[in-house]
Amino acid sequence: TFFPSQQNSIGYTLTSLPPNSDSPDREGRSSVRYKCSMINSILDVLRQRPGWVEIKEDGEWDFNWCDVGWLRENFDHSYMEEHVRICHFRNHYELTRKNLMVKNLKRYRKTLDREVGRLEGAKCDFFPCTFELPSEYHLFVEEFKRSPGSIWIMKPVARSQGKGIFLFRKLKDIMEWKKVQRFSLNFEDQRDEAPVESYVAQRYIENPYLIGGRKFDLRVYVLVTSYLPLKAWLYRDGFARFSNTRFSLSSIDDQYVHLTNVAVQKTAPDYDPEKGCKWQMQQLRRYLTAKHGSEAVETLFKDIDNIFIRSLLSVQKVIINDKHCFELYGYDILLDQHLKPWLIEVNASPSLTASSQEDYEMKYRLLEDTLNVVDMEGRLTGKEKRVGGYDLMWNDGPVYREDVSLETLGTTYQIANTNLGCVNDRRKQLRQLLKPFPGHKRS
Amino acid sequence: MMEEGADLSVTIAQIVHRLKGAHLHSQLEKQARECLHRPEIKLESLKEDVRSFLKASGTLACVCVCMYYRLPPPGHPAAPPEHTKEPLVYMRKAQASWEKRILKSLNSMCTELGVPLARKRPVSEQKELTNKWNEMGTDEPGNRRSYLKNPNYDCREGLTANSHWGLIQISLNVRDIPQMREAYPELSLTCSQLGIDDHAHIPPVVSEQDSAAAQQYSRQGCPTGFRAQLWALILNATNEPEDIMHYEQLKAAVIHHDLLVDNLIYKDVKLTASNDDYYFVFEDFLYQVLLCFSRDTAVLEHFSYNSATPPKSYIQGKTGAEEFTVVYPPNGVIPFHGFSMYVSPLCFLYNEPSRLYSVFREMYVRYFFRLHSISSSPSGIVSLCLQFERLLQNHLPQLFYHLQAIGAQPLRIAFKWMVRAFSGYLSTDQLLLLWDRILGYDSLEIVAGGSVFPVLHKQLLSVCNAVLADLSTLKVMPLLQVFLFA
Repeated sequence: TFFPSQQNSIGYTLTSLPPNSDSPDREGRSSVRYKCSMINSILDVLRQRPGWVEIKEDGEWDFNWCDVGWLRENFDHSYMEEHVRICHFRNHYELTRKNLMVKNLKRYRKTLDREVGRLEGAKCDFFPCTFELPSEYHLFVEEFKRSPGSIWIMKPVARSQGKGIFLFRKLKDIMEWKKVQRFSLNFEDQRDEAPVESYVAQRYIENPYLIGGRKFDLRVYVLVTSYLPLKAWLYRDGFARFSNTRFSLSSIDDQYVHLTNVAVQKTAPDYDPEKGCKWQMQQLRRYLTAKHGSEAVETLFKDIDNIFIRSLLSVQKVIINDKHCFELYGYDILLDQHLKPWLIEVNASPSLTASSQEDYEMKYRLLEDTLNVVDMEGRLTGKEKRVGGYDLMWNDGPVYREDVSLETLGTTYQIANTNLGCVNDRRKQLRQLLKPFPGHKRS
Repeated sequence: MMEEGADLSVTIAQIVHRLKGAHLHSQLEKQARECLHRPEIKLESLKEDVRSFLKASGTLACVCVCMYYRLPPPGHPAAPPEHTKEPLVYMRKAQASWEKRILKSLNSMCTELGVPLARKRPVSEQKELTNKWNEMGTDEPGNRRSYLKNPNYDCREGLTANSHWGLIQISLNVRDIPQMREAYPELSLTCSQLGIDDHAHIPPVVSEQDSAAAQQYSRQGCPTGFRAQLWALILNATNEPEDIMHYEQLKAAVIHHDLLVDNLIYKDVKLTASNDDYYFVFEDFLYQVLLCFSRDTAVLEHFSYNSATPPKSYIQGKTGAEEFTVVYPPNGVIPFHGFSMYVSPLCFLYNEPSRLYSVFREMYVRYFFRLHSISSSPSGIVSLCLQFERLLQNHLPQLFYHLQAIGAQPLRIAFKWMVRAFSGYLSTDQLLLLWDRILGYDSLEIVAGGSVFPVLHKQLLSVCNAVLADLSTLKVMPLLQVFLFA
């Protein structure tokens, strides 16, 4: 258990309020009633936010940090007033279930190929070859036979924390699994029995980037406040999760080597909780810069931005856009030896439980800034490009660092407004940006 | 006068001999040969012309820098060699006494565990080790027994600290703030410092391969993307075939023989680096470097200017016979708890083990050895402790008094940071910026100055009743600048 360090609301030292003349009179609330189904860092953040009051059981709420189960059962029957906010989109699973994500990405890519050209479509080349099973079993077998000897990974679409995942090299390895799954290619059989769990079979990335002989993946946080138009924010902090053991392809059965989820690592025999299998994103960025130089690293992070934007655009027209909804996604990215990033999956409910004091503080900042962006208090103008540790990445179009476009000078080169893994001096920025909480004076 | 001349020619011959094998020598030769085509080189004044050309090109400067570090410090020609190691008698005695304790501890470990100091590995074990060379960290901890008693264990805690103002009661010449300001002008508030990496263009010193200029450059901090090259340049740590071959020979020595000190290394790595959030990934590299380091007899050269003396061991059965003594371990350095932290930050910069090794070895024989041997050197740990206490006493006297009054001697807190040059205590990026200055100013003095803030920081935090945070959020360089120049 970790004790929250004294994370009070931001102390202000200015003596006068800067004029905020271009804000329309946004309805800011001095008191926000919230519901929260989690007992981890989000609850701490909510409890410590000035003017926010917890509602237990039934009662009117202005803000709901719910889990996806609650959403599924209650969203359609809830009436929400204009100002109310809830932390999920109704059909988020179009992005966060592995099979649907792939389906949407494939469709989006085809659209790009057709309407813009193959070069544009090629920019969606960031997910490994994937097939949904059982529906695409035959296509899968065709592709499997075309590349003999390569390794594939089987993942259940709807489970998390590494459960049910395994690797295989031969088709006979999945025969057992097929039997267990009551796998039937005959559609008639399936109708009467309990629904078969959906899986995806994906080409395994055999040449991951290793540090100290260990494999790792990245967890990055993206906040979406609207799909139509698309408005997405990228958090500067994040982390790299290391596998506890050295990477080798010789042992496919050893799931501890291949899976980097903390949940799986925790059960590995030589797991030492004190060891901390995580690096802060800043640490990783510096390491890569020291090894490869800043240019290569900037290209890498631009490619990572591309993953976020295209994955969101691919579901933009499918997700039911509701102004009450926002969503904090946890993206899992894997780097290969050529410093190419790959999208592994997107999580609608990224873990908010902390694995260490440092991790707790990072998640605390993340959630505090998420609430700052959602802005129940009406302190923002809506024109901000940065709020705390969040940088506005997409606002119905790309967002650049400079406001003035260089197109007039004959060049279209601009720097994107993202800073993943860079210094997160959020307290200073928030002090300059925000008015105090309603009812609070500047100290 | 005659003797001086003779000594000088011997020294020159030694330098020439040593340089002959080095990359720098072939570089010098190549440049000299190439410049013969140039119009300004005339046959009549060949020697002078070539010399001025080499001077202008900067290669001679590199040779000078290289020689500076290979030569013993200038001293009186009649001084005995002990004086070059350490001029003050009482310091030599203190170091000798400390060494005696360490050896006693090591010997009792040897007898109690029944482990020999060195042992030839059977062929099967050699094969196994060769296969596991890149993942020695997977070795089961139970296989390596080690138990080194604290050499201070029988020391009475009788230091009447309260009757003294500070723990170090020696008069050594240490610099105060006005003198530090003069010595470190590049740290002044008006000079920009590199903190966040924002450069994409290569600093010209790198492309020119100018070692002395790189050292000057490093005083204001190195950009992340070029630090590895800059440090290698400053340290003249090359990765030529001869360096790689040397490393491979050391690796072969590790495969053939097992040393008792290896157990100390394993234990240290497992206890320190492997438990560190930043460095645990580099565990394997640490073994590859430290095991080889223990067997590197080239390290023995630095004992001519180190107050310490390498321990001697006798070949079995010949105790007492001078001709049968060997230095143990072969490099004369007994590792201790935390030693691997001298290597860990370097893993952040260098990937290839031979390169990592070259850089580490050079850092050790120039700087780190001073942090664990008793000497009067201004970069030595004793001077650093004294300087730290003096700085705190003179500029934050109330804090010093308060800490002493509550029984928390500031030096006791800061000592461990200084011995490790802050490795493992500061975040990696801050640590590397600090080490940039150690290299840039060729001195560990900055470690003493840098220790003032963490004490202040910790004290302030404990007053605020917060969890006593570690130093990993501390930005040392800006604080040091303010302390010295504001």
